Amino acid sequence: MKNYLLQLADNALILGHRLGEWCGHAPEMELDIALTNIALDLTGQARSLYQRVGELEGASSDGVSKTEDDYAYLRDVWEFRNVLLVEQPNGDFAQTIVRQFIFDSYHFYMCRALTQSTDEWLSGFAEKSLKEITYHLRFSSEWMQRLGDGTEVSHAKMQTAIESLWTYSGELITPNEIEKELASQGIGVDLNKIKPEVTAKISEVLAASNLTAPEGIWMQKGGKDGRHSEHLGYILAEMQFLQRAYPGQAW
Amino acid sequence: MTSLNLEALFQSKIDEEIKIEPKDWMPDAYRKTLIRQISQHAHSEIVGMLPEGNWITRAPSLRRKLILLAKVQDEAGHGLYLYSAAETLGANRDDLVQQLLAGKAKYSSIFNYPTLNWADLGAIGWLVDGAAIMNQVMLTRTSYGPYARAMVRICKEESFHQRQGYEIMIAMANGSPEQKAMAQDSLNRWWWPSLMMFGPHDSESTHSDQAMKWKIKRKSNDELRQQFVDVTVPQAEYLGLTIPDTKLRWNEARGHYDFGEIDWEEFWSVVKGNGPCNKQRLKARIKAYEDGAWVREAAVAHAAKKEQDKLPESSAKAA
Amino acid sequence: MKNEWPLWEVFIRSKSGLSHKHVGSLHASDAEMAVENARDLYTRRNEGVSIWVVASKDITASDPDDSDPLFEPAKDKIYRHPTFYEVPNEVTHM
Repeated sequence: MKNYLLQLADNALILGHRLGEWCGHAPEMELDIALTNIALDLTGQARSLYQRVGELEGASSDGVSKTEDDYAYLRDVWEFRNVLLVEQPNGDFAQTIVRQFIFDSYHFYMCRALTQSTDEWLSGFAEKSLKEITYHLRFSSEWMQRLGDGTEVSHAKMQTAIESLWTYSGELITPNEIEKELASQGIGVDLNKIKPEVTAKISEVLAASNLTAPEGIWMQKGGKDGRHSEHLGYILAEMQFLQRAYPGQAW
Repeated sequence: MTSLNLEALFQSKIDEEIKIEPKDWMPDAYRKTLIRQISQHAHSEIVGMLPEGNWITRAPSLRRKLILLAKVQDEAGHGLYLYSAAETLGANRDDLVQQLLAGKAKYSSIFNYPTLNWADLGAIGWLVDGAAIMNQVMLTRTSYGPYARAMVRICKEESFHQRQGYEIMIAMANGSPEQKAMAQDSLNRWWWPSLMMFGPHDSESTHSDQAMKWKIKRKSNDELRQQFVDVTVPQAEYLGLTIPDTKLRWNEARGHYDFGEIDWEEFWSVVKGNGPCNKQRLKARIKAYEDGAWVREAAVAHAAKKEQDKLPESSAKAA
Repeated sequence: MKNEWPLWEVFIRSKSGLSHKHVGSLHASDAEMAVENARDLYTRRNEGVSIWVVASKDITASDPDDSDPLFEPAKDKIYRHPTFYEVPNEVTHM
C-alpha cells in the first residue's frame, strides 16, 4: 500500500516540479499562470499522499513519524517510484504539452477508477483530485489540437515530441507487481481495465490534432520500481539541496 | 468645447475626486504618463517573477514550494491586471512588451539584484513587497479608474506576499547559526536596494509635481520612504537582525527614524543597466518571448481554422 | 503584431444570486482559451462561480461626449422615484 501511494505521489511531485521550471519563462504570460496552476494542483496532491504514507507507516521505534518532506527531500533516486515520463525534461513547449497530455490521459482514467477504491481514504482523495485532473486533461487536449493543427512549424514540433516521448507512454498503463497486487484487493486501479479508455482518448485527441502515434516503438519502463533515467538525479540534486546541505532544519 | 475648457473641466474632476474613466477626455500628457507608469509597473511584476522563480525548484519544503509557486503566479497575474489597465488607455500590450524587450522601457531596479540564498526569498517578501505595498496602497486612490481598481485587487492579493516573506525570516532568524547568517546576509544585501525602490529624492524627481497635481501619485518619494523605514525597523529588531546603516536612529523630535544616505551612484548605475542582473533578466524575458513565438502563432492559426470551419454552417443558416 | 492574441473582456458572477460584473481583460487566441485564462487569472481565490468572456472588439460603448443627451434627461424626472410622493404617516405597507 505504502509503495502504491508513493508511486502516485512521486508522479505528481516530479511532474509538478518540471512544470514549476516554466514559471516566468512560458510562451505567453497567461500560460505562466496556467502551468503554475497545474503545478500547484499536482504538488498539493503529492503532499496529501505523502502525509497519508506517513500516517500508515506510523511512528518509528524512537517515536518519530515521517513527514511529507522526509519523503520528498530525503529519499534517493532508487527510492522514487514515479514513471519515466514525468521526469523527462521540459524541452520546448511541444514536449511539455505532449508529456502533459499523455500523463493526463492516464491520470484522469486512473483517478476516475480510483474513486471506486475499497480504501476509503484513497477513494476520497481520488474524488477531490479528479476535479483538478479533469481540468488538466481539458487544458492539455486543447493545446494538443492548437499546436498539432496550428502551423506547419508547430505541427512538426508536436510530431517530433510525440515520437520522442512515445517510448515512455507504455509504462503508465502496464501494471507492475505492486499495482497488480493492489488491484486484486480492490484498493488500487486495474490498469488493464482502464487501458482501452486511455488509448482511445489518446487516439481521439491525436486524430483531432492531425498527429500520428509512431508504431513499433519499444516501451521503456522501470521508474515504478526505482530504475530511472539519468534526469531524475539532477531533479533531486536541485530539489533536495537545502535539506541535504543543512539537515534537520526548519524552513 | 475648447481644449482649454476641457482641461479645466478635467482638473476640476480630479480635484473633486471623481475618477477618470477610459473614454473620458484627458490631456495627452496624462494619458502618456499613465501608460508609461502602468506599463513600467506591469513590466516590474513580470520581471519580478525571475529572481523568485529562481528558487522554485529549490524550495526547502513542499509547503514553501506551494507558497512560492502561488506567489510568483500572483505576480504574473498582477502584471496582466496592469497591462489590462494600460490597454484601456489605447496602448497595446504587445507594443509595451516590445519596448521592455528592446530595453526602452524601465522596470523596478530591485529585480536586477540576484537571489543568492534561501533567506532572500524571505527578504524579498518582507522588504521588497513591503516597500511595494506602501506605494500600491497609495495607488488604490489614484485618479485613473482602471488603474485604481487593478491596484485594489493587487493590494488584496499582495498582503499574503509580505507575510509569507516575514514568516521565512522568522524561521531563519530563529534557526541554526547558518540560517541566521543567511538571514543577516540577505538583509545586508536587500536593505539599501529596497530604500531605492521609492525613487530619487523629491528634489530630484522629474515627474513628481505633475503626477501629484493629477493625483496619479498621492505621496512623495521621500514621504513613502520614511514611512517604510519607520515600520520596518521594529520588524528587524523583532527578528534580532541588524539593519546595515550606522546612521539609523530614532529621532524623538521628528517622531521618525533618521537614516543614512542612499548610494545614489549605485542607484543610477543600476537604472542605466549596470546592475548585477540587468542583462540576465532581459535576456530571460527575450528568450521566453522568442521561444514562445511559434506557440502564439500556432494558437492564432488554429483559431482561424476553427472560424473557417464554422463559416459554411452559419452561411447556410443565413440562406 | 499579427500573432498577438486578441483582447477579451471578462465578467464574473461572484456567487449565485448576483449579476456578472466586469473585472478586466485578457488575451487569448480563442473563446475556450479566454474562459480558461479568465478562470486562472480572475478566480484564483475563489472569486467566481460563472465566467463570461466577450471579444473586446464586439463591445459597443456609449460615447462620453454623448453623456449629456443620454443621461441628463433622466436626472430631473424625479417623479420616477418613490420619494417624490407624499403618503400620510398613518398609511402603512406602502
